[in-house]
Amino acid sequence: MQILKLTCKNLRDKIAAGEIKSINAVSAVFEQIEKNDAKIGAYISTFKEQSFAKAKEVDEKIAAQKPVGALAGVPIAIKDNMCSTFGATTCGSKILQNFHSPYDATAVEKLLAADAVIVGKTNLDEFAMGSSTENSGIKQTVNPLDYSRVPGGSSGGSAAAVAAEMCFAALGSDTGGSIRQPAGFCGIAGLKPTYGRVSRYGLVAYGSSLDQIGPLTKNVEDCALILNVIAGHDEKDSTSIDEKIAPVQDWLATVNTKPQNFKIAVVPELFKGADSEVVAAVKNAIEFYKKNGAEIIEISMPHFDYAIATYYLIATAEASSNLARYDGVHYGHRSKNANDYIEVYSKSRDEGFGPEVKRRIMLGTYALSSGYYDAYYLKALKARNLIRGDFTAAFAKADYIIMPTSPTTAFKIGEKTNDPLQMYLSDIYTIAVNLAGVPAISVPCGNDNNLPIGLQIIAPAFEEAKLLQIARLFEISRP
Amino acid sequence: MAELDYKIIVGLEIHVQLATRTKMFCGCELVFAGEPNSRVCPVCLGLPGALPVMNKQAVEFAILTASALNCKIAKFTKWDRKSYYYPDLPKNYQISQYDLPVGENGFIEIPLADGQSKKIRIRRVHLEEDAGKNLHSGAFSQVDLNRAGMPLMEIVTEPDMNNPQEVATLAMELQRIVRFLGVSQADMQKGHMRFEPNVNVVIKKDGGEFKTPITEIKNLNSFKALEKGTAFEAKRQLNEFLERGEVMKSGNKKTFGWDDERGVTVLQREKEEAHDYRYFPDPDLVPVTVDEKWLTDIQSGCRELPLAMQKRFITDYSLNDYDAGVLTADKDTAGFFDEAVKAGGEPKRICNFITQTGLKISGEKNCRVSQLGISPQRLAELAKLVAGGTVNATAAAAIFEKMMQDDSEPQKIAESLNLIQKSDEGELAKIVDEILAANQDAVNEVKSDGKKSKKAQGFLMGQVMQRTKGTANPQVVAKIMNERLK
Ligand SMILES: [Zn+2]
Repeated sequence: MQILKLTCKNLRDKIAAGEIKSINAVSAVFEQIEKNDAKIGAYISTFKEQSFAKAKEVDEKIAAQKPVGALAGVPIAIKDNMCSTFGATTCGSKILQNFHSPYDATAVEKLLAADAVIVGKTNLDEFAMGSSTENSGIKQTVNPLDYSRVPGGSSGGSAAAVAAEMCFAALGSDTGGSIRQPAGFCGIAGLKPTYGRVSRYGLVAYGSSLDQIGPLTKNVEDCALILNVIAGHDEKDSTSIDEKIAPVQDWLATVNTKPQNFKIAVVPELFKGADSEVVAAVKNAIEFYKKNGAEIIEISMPHFDYAIATYYLIATAEASSNLARYDGVHYGHRSKNANDYIEVYSKSRDEGFGPEVKRRIMLGTYALSSGYYDAYYLKALKARNLIRGDFTAAFAKADYIIMPTSPTTAFKIGEKTNDPLQMYLSDIYTIAVNLAGVPAISVPCGNDNNLPIGLQIIAPAFEEAKLLQIARLFEISRP
Repeated sequence: MAELDYKIIVGLEIHVQLATRTKMFCGCELVFAGEPNSRVCPVCLGLPGALPVMNKQAVEFAILTASALNCKIAKFTKWDRKSYYYPDLPKNYQISQYDLPVGENGFIEIPLADGQSKKIRIRRVHLEEDAGKNLHSGAFSQVDLNRAGMPLMEIVTEPDMNNPQEVATLAMELQRIVRFLGVSQADMQKGHMRFEPNVNVVIKKDGGEFKTPITEIKNLNSFKALEKGTAFEAKRQLNEFLERGEVMKSGNKKTFGWDDERGVTVLQREKEEAHDYRYFPDPDLVPVTVDEKWLTDIQSGCRELPLAMQKRFITDYSLNDYDAGVLTADKDTAGFFDEAVKAGGEPKRICNFITQTGLKISGEKNCRVSQLGISPQRLAELAKLVAGGTVNATAAAAIFEKMMQDDSEPQKIAESLNLIQKSDEGELAKIVDEILAANQDAVNEVKSDGKKSKKAQGFLMGQVMQRTKGTANPQVVAKIMNERLK
């Protein structure tokens, strides 16, 4: 039996049943990493010794029939923008390349409490700003299915690590599509939960009102399993969801329930911007749902076109403020060439940040400047409300909205690096979801020239259970 | 030169550090001093990924204060980021409140020297987090972030003050209010209150009216500096006007510091840089909705302000200004006094118990008068024992101390301590005669009616008290003694 082919849940069950030792799973993962990651570049850091120690501990507990957590002994990767007391927390940036956090992010704490084995931290676009992981200040990650192509981004390292079987699941973060788009490009499942479902405490902030942690996994069932572990209100994050409003559920227990009498909304005008193979695959999926009892309705989302402009004002405005703290004074990179404290700021930041981060900081600073605030930031907030309204209206008519995850399959490395606008457009289908704060998932729905195509399913806020069920239905019975 | 007709105009910004248990947005306990950077956590250090969580108590304190200052309380308020780069500000933005402060459009009444009071309008009351401190030594600077994230309440007045004394009086009245409400220790030594007056002068001359440019004096932290700085600045502006005709122009105001040693204001910035703080709502915090119930709960903590209470104690209870001032220095003491009087205690006597015994002991124990173990009702009982002649004042102080550990009736305690006052003339006369017989020198001294007569009489009274262990009724003893020594 090939351990690496197992899903997270299968491995978990087999470890718990004593059929497989965690230490063997960890060994297999590290063999895979040592064999392939030099080429793929998914990991920024790995924790071999610590992983074996943890695996041993779990194996001993199981042998002694002691209780273990929901991910006991399962090798998991986390995106390197989540703070951990082990290894550095680089955020894919030179400015934090040697930053060691004195605390663990809540999501990391929860993984550890569930007895997961955190094998490494994965590459990303610097501060999660990008759609291809090419903006990493640390290294290049390639798509494991075609080394000449990008893995997507910004959680490109996490997607590549799962797709290349260098872990059994990974955490990513999604501000404008950063979980779903790389999941789509790498042919795996990626869930962006409702905003606030998973605590942001310890997630290095990019766009605070949009950021959300979620799983990248081999299948939908694993998304449910990981969500079970990481979701929940956190008193350290005021924006995390109040349990009284939307309590955490056992999503794994309900993921295999077949949805009945459901309505799916599609937005025909949105298909115009996508490649024909992508459109064909998504239409096939819609056909599948129709055959499985779904009523398909066509709607329009009149403000969808403003999503990218809106996003690039709100996210960058928040980022310009969130990233102000990286100044060389308290921690992180400090320029050796500074002559006074102003130069400590300017030179440290100039040397530490890459071009895309600088571009977004400048854009956001401009949007918040006096005299421009009303025209840009305030207007973007209003547009955001209109976009939210589009979703509310859609969900008044349907249970789900379906569209492609991305307009294309994985593109060539370097293809879009000189054209930021073109790069931004690759998130056209995912960005509006973050502005609305609703949950969405990407699952593979076909191939074009052996490159996977992602199907994006969107549900109303807090309806992860329904979302996982319909995605799971497609996964287990698709043609 | 003819007498110059001018008016000083002062508005004040006051920063008050709140006495909450923890910092504004994290769980670090508020402790004064400590090793640099020892009272910190990921949140107040501004580490990557750390998130602020609002301190509800700070919001309640601000609402309470704003209510006491007669402000309109916001039903909906929020948190904004104020961006500027400075090493003592770890996130390079300060969480503050921009367009929706906790309270707006209030007023404070301040006592004037002539016994009248004056209303000063309050523009706004809002909350924010404090910054750390930059420490400079030689070629290096270090940053201590212990203070970073401490809760600050900023109070801004309208420019309604017209002389430096009023400015200082307002500051002192505000100190009394925040202490009275229990929202701040308002300890000037510890920098709990910092003042920034905005000063200018309006001059009437040659049939015209001239305004000098408004200047701001930064970071004054004593009442004296506030008064002197304001006075100096007004005079400096007047001189500048007289010498160079300097008047207000559009543009930014100058900022001054105060040199306490030389007693002068010092120009800090010629023109305040046109600062763009790029305020925007903090996406890490949720807005605050102040509903009617919460507001009522908070406001039930202040129905009457110290100045009003002080006036009532003077008129209703015939206390003098000094005693009423001491009692209204904090809300607990004032309330305790008020209740004891309402329970039938004679006001002056209750006041003496509190000011002469209660506050001394509570000061030693570092607690409130109400926490000494004596209820206002029992204190009133004790006062009645004195008023009825059952015990005298000396004995009452001893009974007071015993009552702190003993729940029995004051009368029972007095009996058990043998402190019931002896008023029986026959019994006391016997004791007086013995004392007089044993102290012939003193008796002669009294009879001589000389310089030392009063002192000698006091000595004899003391002897009687000592013999009776303080239980003799002093009036009765005095009467007997006067008869014998005629
Ligand atoms: Zn703290």
